[in-house]
Amino acid sequence: MSKSVLKIENATMQFGGVVAVDNLNLEINEGEIVALIGPNGAGKTTAFNVTTGVYQPTNGAVWFCGEKVIENHPQGKMKKLYKGEHDGEYTHVLAPTPDKITKMGMARTFQNIRLWKSQTVFDNVLIAKHCRATSNVFSATFRLNRKEEARQRQEVLELLEVVGLADVKDELATSLPYGKQRRLEIARALAAEPKLLLLDEPAAGMNPQETDELTAFIGEIRDKFHLTIFLIEHHMNLVMNISDRIYVLDFGKLIAEGTPTEIQNNKRVIDAYLGVAEDA
Amino acid sequence: MTMKKKKTIFTAVVLAILLAACIVVDMTLPTYHIAVTVIKKATVYALVAVSMNLLNGFTGLFSLGQAGFMLLGAYAYGVLTIPVAKKASVYQYFDGGAIPFSVPEIFAGFLGETVGTVVGMLFCLLIGGLLAALMAYLIGLPVLRLKSDYLAIATLGFAEILRAFFQWNALGPITNGSNLLKSYPTFGKATPYVLLAGLMIAVILLLINSTYGRAFKAIRDDEVAAEAMGINLAKHKRMAFIISSFFAGIGGGMMAMYMGTIAAAPFKSSLTYEILLIVVIGGIGSITGSVLASFLYIFSSEWLLRGLDSGTFLGINAPDIFKNGFRMAVFSVIIMVIVLFFRKGIMGDKELPDLIDPKYRRKKRKEAAGK
Repeated sequence: MSKSVLKIENATMQFGGVVAVDNLNLEINEGEIVALIGPNGAGKTTAFNVTTGVYQPTNGAVWFCGEKVIENHPQGKMKKLYKGEHDGEYTHVLAPTPDKITKMGMARTFQNIRLWKSQTVFDNVLIAKHCRATSNVFSATFRLNRKEEARQRQEVLELLEVVGLADVKDELATSLPYGKQRRLEIARALAAEPKLLLLDEPAAGMNPQETDELTAFIGEIRDKFHLTIFLIEHHMNLVMNISDRIYVLDFGKLIAEGTPTEIQNNKRVIDAYLGVAEDA
Repeated sequence: MTMKKKKTIFTAVVLAILLAACIVVDMTLPTYHIAVTVIKKATVYALVAVSMNLLNGFTGLFSLGQAGFMLLGAYAYGVLTIPVAKKASVYQYFDGGAIPFSVPEIFAGFLGETVGTVVGMLFCLLIGGLLAALMAYLIGLPVLRLKSDYLAIATLGFAEILRAFFQWNALGPITNGSNLLKSYPTFGKATPYVLLAGLMIAVILLLINSTYGRAFKAIRDDEVAAEAMGINLAKHKRMAFIISSFFAGIGGGMMAMYMGTIAAAPFKSSLTYEILLIVVIGGIGSITGSVLASFLYIFSSEWLLRGLDSGTFLGINAPDIFKNGFRMAVFSVIIMVIVLFFRKGIMGDKELPDLIDPKYRRKKRKEAAGK
């Protein structure tokens, strides 16, 4: 019934001899909120970077809305070094740059906030609209795109209204308090009109109250913008409250997948987080 | 919105006063007067500085190829505009050169003497710009993969190679080798320079405030985020590089007009450094700053401090101290003082209309209170 939005297929990311993501398989369906969790250094952000085109996977493929968008197989010296599975199954190379991926309908936020520092809140969101602009550089310079520009400005205003940042729209992005900067980063991603929103630790550095607000906010925007959301998070409250399904990574490998209740009672997950007793 | 209106009126008034002043200077002073020279040179520098600012200040690409692109523009202008009758004497070592026509004369043929010549001159400036843009496209293919200092070195090298290349004897029938190109038509008065450069700077300003300009600023602020938000880095960097070079090429053509003769020698890397100095003093990321700084720079180096080289300064006659070269020593000290007291340049990232904006004044006070 629900169609697959993102499918990561046998993705392995190897840096030299280190396998950061090892044969990752996951699938996200339309309208779901899916969380990727795991101890520090498990390869969560690497998985994100592979999905959004920042890194090219060493082997494997990524499908977006039923289309294969990324594919790679070990090449050059990686051929000898490759330690992963499914070697030789992939033969093509598909490596779009992150901007192309974003244009396809995937937008992300960053673990450490990356706003455009010298720009106002309004401009930060407006710039994200650039990838949807149809005007070329001449028509834009000589203001032949007035209609489009006016429409974009209007959309940004409405978006800022929705996310509750309308009152600070003329402030510099960096002058906002931390929680609002996080919110602005999400708003900026939304401005790129994505189908799939990737949030890399959206609650990092937030206090419990801010985390609760964010949890509600993520649910809200999912419904309002008909989004599918894929997130990395360490705040278990947030993860357990809003996720439909959870994937757990440890040392690059997927160790569990399931609903929040299933994950909470999964022995391997508990072991990965708390460690295994020596004499157990 | 009233603030916006106030700003527009303020800007229009300031620009109108400046233009009027320039016209008055033109009407009352002879064209060889130092004031006219200063205005002409400063407007040319202002245009090139703004074009460099577009690249270095707004897109964050540290390029030092400006002199090379100016050279292209200057040569294109000179080669195409030398009157046919003068070719024999200009290209005396190359049998009158390889180009048997002169663009302004062609235009004069069907538009009339005065109008045709002016249109032809402008047309050649445009060709110079387009040539520079084309070259920027070609150079950009390999060079724009580099970042920061490496990009600067690569572009600097390109400019130096181009300069040597233009002096090559085999190209003599076109570039006149290492001899001067001269006798081409120029504007004697200052107003045409001001209007031309003003127009070009206005176009750059429009670009910077358009959606593409905003994308450039996003690349400058955070490349990773820009790319993640759907801005194609390669495409936008190339675009900024080409547009900046286009205007540098036009600036080079205007420089040729101002100088009256063209040789490859003045287009050394030191020219690029002069422009870079103007950009930094004016404020990286401020168009107004670049224009203001280029006028201050040219005014003081050409006029105000001239006396330091020729014996008498501010009425003090000391030929033993005020010798050749002393001007540059004083000049360097002034620049150091400016850089020390205006860390972000004279204008920072503000523009002309922001000067009457109370928001900026408030911010300054806030910053002071914060410290």
